[in-house]
Amino acid sequence: MVDAPSGRSLVVDAVTHRYPSGALAVENINLDIKGGEIIALLGPSGCGKTTLLRIIAGFIAQTQGRIIIGDDIVDALPPNKRAVGIVFQNYALFPHLSISENVAYGLAARGIDKASRQREAQRLLELVQLPAMAERLPRQLSGGQQQRVALARALAIKPSILLLDEPFAALDKNLRLDMQIEVKRLQRVSGITTLIVTHDQEEALSMADRVAVLSHGKLEQFGSPSDVYDRPQTLFVNTFVGSTNRMPGIVVSADRTAAKVRLDAGAEIIARPAGGALSEGGRVTVCIRPEHLQFVGDETGFAGVVGMSLPLGATVVHEVTTADGSGVKVSQARIGETRALESGAAVRLAPLAPSLANAFPATL
Amino acid sequence: MGAAPAARDVTSYGMGLAAPLALFFLVFFVAPLLQLFWLSLHNDTAGLHWGLGQYLHFLTDPFSLGVLGSTLLLGAEVTAVCLVLGFPIAWLYQRVGPKLQTVIILIVLLPLLTSVVVRTFAWIVILGRQGIINATLQSLGLIDTPLKLLYTQFGVVIALAQVQMPLMTLPLITALGRIDPNLDDASCSLGAGSWRTFFRILLPLSLPGIIAGCTLTYAAAITAFITQSLIGGGQMLFMPMYLYQQASTLQNWPFAAAISIIFLLAVLAVVSVFTTLGRMSRGYGGA
Ligand SMILES: Nc1ncnc2c1ncn2[C@@H]1O[C@H](COP(=O)(O)OP(=O)(O)O)[C@@H](O)[C@H]1O
Ligand SMILES: [Mg+2]
Repeated sequence: MVDAPSGRSLVVDAVTHRYPSGALAVENINLDIKGGEIIALLGPSGCGKTTLLRIIAGFIAQTQGRIIIGDDIVDALPPNKRAVGIVFQNYALFPHLSISENVAYGLAARGIDKASRQREAQRLLELVQLPAMAERLPRQLSGGQQQRVALARALAIKPSILLLDEPFAALDKNLRLDMQIEVKRLQRVSGITTLIVTHDQEEALSMADRVAVLSHGKLEQFGSPSDVYDRPQTLFVNTFVGSTNRMPGIVVSADRTAAKVRLDAGAEIIARPAGGALSEGGRVTVCIRPEHLQFVGDETGFAGVVGMSLPLGATVVHEVTTADGSGVKVSQARIGETRALESGAAVRLAPLAPSLANAFPATL
Repeated sequence: MGAAPAARDVTSYGMGLAAPLALFFLVFFVAPLLQLFWLSLHNDTAGLHWGLGQYLHFLTDPFSLGVLGSTLLLGAEVTAVCLVLGFPIAWLYQRVGPKLQTVIILIVLLPLLTSVVVRTFAWIVILGRQGIINATLQSLGLIDTPLKLLYTQFGVVIALAQVQMPLMTLPLITALGRIDPNLDDASCSLGAGSWRTFFRILLPLSLPGIIAGCTLTYAAAITAFITQSLIGGGQMLFMPMYLYQQASTLQNWPFAAAISIIFLLAVLAVVSVFTTLGRMSRGYGGA
């Protein structure tokens, strides 16, 4: 295998990049990544993920800040001296070279003799479960197979960091899951520090040890998948990762750990001040995920009228219109005979727990 | 066999569409070529005696063979100059912004937008004894007597290379544009330096464009009658002028016809070498 776990730490230190055209693609990003971690860079298209990846690989010289791999500041090193492996979204296999030549390419560049090169290439092809494909050309392989070859090629140089740019975006759903498992397996055995760029939140949450959420070139949050999902620090993270109901309201009273909010929908609830301290009387947006809302029988919670109930396999999603006219989704696990609700039924809703309602200062 | 009639319909339809062009070729290309061949099979100008005498004459005459050799060599030199100068331009084109791309295309196409005669006379002005190059070098004190540039092989190669440059550059631009720019980055991230990336990735993948460009440039350079004659002057004789002298001045039509056929075959041979190379490299290219 790729010998001893070779994961080196990676520090992105206050990196800012402005393209010559003037576009500010990446703004003051700080990431402190431990050796052997899998990190997902998650954000919508155009938020600067690829730019940050190319800065780490050395293809773009950042305007400000430093990249530190292990103990070395690598800013002065060209890409071919950084020992950073990359898997491109379109795989970028060399179309005129055989699979085994593709995998051995980086070894040839290091002056390793042909026999050792071929042995190593074969070993890596076995690792990615394609031992019989060595003599074929890339175009004779399926998308998933090409992806495996791209992985083997990147791993061949024993990189200290492995970067993957939207590696699964071009694969269909089943194959994507296979490859996600494959990458995770390879990462576990090799111990290579890995950075996966993705705009798919499920992928980020399922694969990564920690997730860095980007928006408009800024780092919104960097934390474990459960941090990002359950304790989002910004309204953007709360809405981008998973789905959520946004309910406007006014702060009645607040301290550091809890805030009483009067929702426009017509109830007072306790919420968690998620984006820092809240001031009394200020307008807030309260985010409650559909699965964190429940129907209540008594007079607590806020009132609404059921619009439609959608049975989605394991869950049932109800669309409810609240008193202020906005729509709210409620997701119920389908246990036994989950009550199908009539359209037009009057219901009352409340969050499952105060910690599951996140209040953010409203931005206008 | 139910689908056969439909399939035949499509085929005959396609052939019908090609008929006007086929007729045009038959009348204006195949027929004159056959006539030329028929003419070349006569041993005397009067056309009374049949035989292969004209071909024997050409192939045993050192002077004629010399003209053929220097023409083929001229083509090779012009092609080499165009390739060496054209490749960096094509490479640059794929790496600059859209504005600079327009400028480059304009510069590349410029030779095609002026008449051959005008371009060639411009070169006479540049290369002549009192031309721009000699005047500049003399005024800088770098030379005492003017260099002989006009009426030399060097002059002909340079002038032809400028004229034929678009034929090389345009296919190269197309070929380089088809190469995924990520391949460059992939090679680099795998530890390869610029030279390895160039020779292992860029060059093999641009081979289809190189071969197309070389074929076009070569064929155009060896048949460029006006530029060859005006820049080469009287001292240098290439096949097109040789042919012209035999036909027009000496009225030796059968020999001129034989020269044409031999020249045609020589060009076809060179072009087919290029095409064979191209077919071998087609495994590359692709997506
Ligand atoms: N070569 C470039 N020149 C100028 N602007 C660019 C260039 N590449 C990307 N950008 C801009 O930088 C921003 C971030 O792009 P990118 O890093 O590709 O985002 P992502 O990979 O997250 O989709 C975008 O607004 C994009 O328009
Ligand atoms: Mg991208």
